[in-house]
Amino acid sequence: MSVPGAWYLILAAVLFTVGAFGLLVRRNVLIMFMCVELMLNAVNLTFVTFARMLNDIGGQATVFFVLVVAAAEVVVGLGLIVAIFRRRKGASADDVHILKG
Amino acid sequence: MIASLLAAAPIGGKAAVHLAHASAWAVFVVGAVLILVGAFGVILLRNPVHCALMLVTTLFGVAVEFVNQAADFLAAVQIIVYAGAIVILFLFVIMFLGVDRKDTIGREPFRIQRPLAILVGVALFAEIWALSRVQNWTSGKPSVAGPLNPPILGPDNVPVTSHGHTVTAENVQALGQAIYTRYLLPFEMTSALLVIAVIAAVVLARSRERVAGELARSDQAQRRAMGSGDFEEAGAQ
Repeated sequence: MSVPGAWYLILAAVLFTVGAFGLLVRRNVLIMFMCVELMLNAVNLTFVTFARMLNDIGGQATVFFVLVVAAAEVVVGLGLIVAIFRRRKGASADDVHILKG
Repeated sequence: MIASLLAAAPIGGKAAVHLAHASAWAVFVVGAVLILVGAFGVILLRNPVHCALMLVTTLFGVAVEFVNQAADFLAAVQIIVYAGAIVILFLFVIMFLGVDRKDTIGREPFRIQRPLAILVGVALFAEIWALSRVQNWTSGKPSVAGPLNPPILGPDNVPVTSHGHTVTAENVQALGQAIYTRYLLPFEMTSALLVIAVIAAVVLARSRERVAGELARSDQAQRRAMGSGDFEEAGAQ
């Protein structure tokens, strides 16, 4: 009747991989943050797919909580970025190396 | 949802089934194209503003896939929270910091990093794909949160029936029941988490220099009001 769940899982895997690759490659901190959002969305898609495949509302409830935590994470992360780049210009992650061990 | 819409359409039974199948696939493909175009746009485009707009495309595609899997409430929340709040926050920070002109994609401090990232990405996808081929996903335990469409219970805990069929709850009702009963403690904890995040954002983004300047100005006003002689005496003590 509808699309098999395996297709959604493959799509989510591709989305997660693209997000992880972007996180490793890009230097702009804001774009790295966006790549984290891509990975979160891939996991959300997986949760919804399994909720449908297993006929369990728990997967969708988990996605609801992931959304809330992602919103809180973005708020704190962007606050950190604003606090860092008020002192220095540019948005490259390599410039922020004072904490390097 | 699409299937139920098509079931009401005045066409033959078998044709309706075929049409529902084809439309589900069509919606899936449209959503997949939106997701992949947006994702590659985020990691390939140079301007951060364009990346944020491509992120909106991906989030909308994910919402389309949610609708295709009968997760209506989550699709609406996805649009409202992600596209309406989080991406706006991203755009606000991009334009507030003025980092949208400067681009550092050409400068490569580590030459090995990009091929290494491709290798890690391919390995990651292979791993996820291999895991998804393993067929024993379920543990056999019953669901703790209930099915997707639980039957609606009447006042005497008897499932409500209509025309001989059991009436089942819609997505919003089922999800609300799960969150406010089974997942009530995590729900309350997320409210505390949001308050903490808001306070943390205010503390982090506050400008310390301006606060110090305001204190100095109020200090000066106090000095003027008290008169210089009194203030110097107080300072000497």
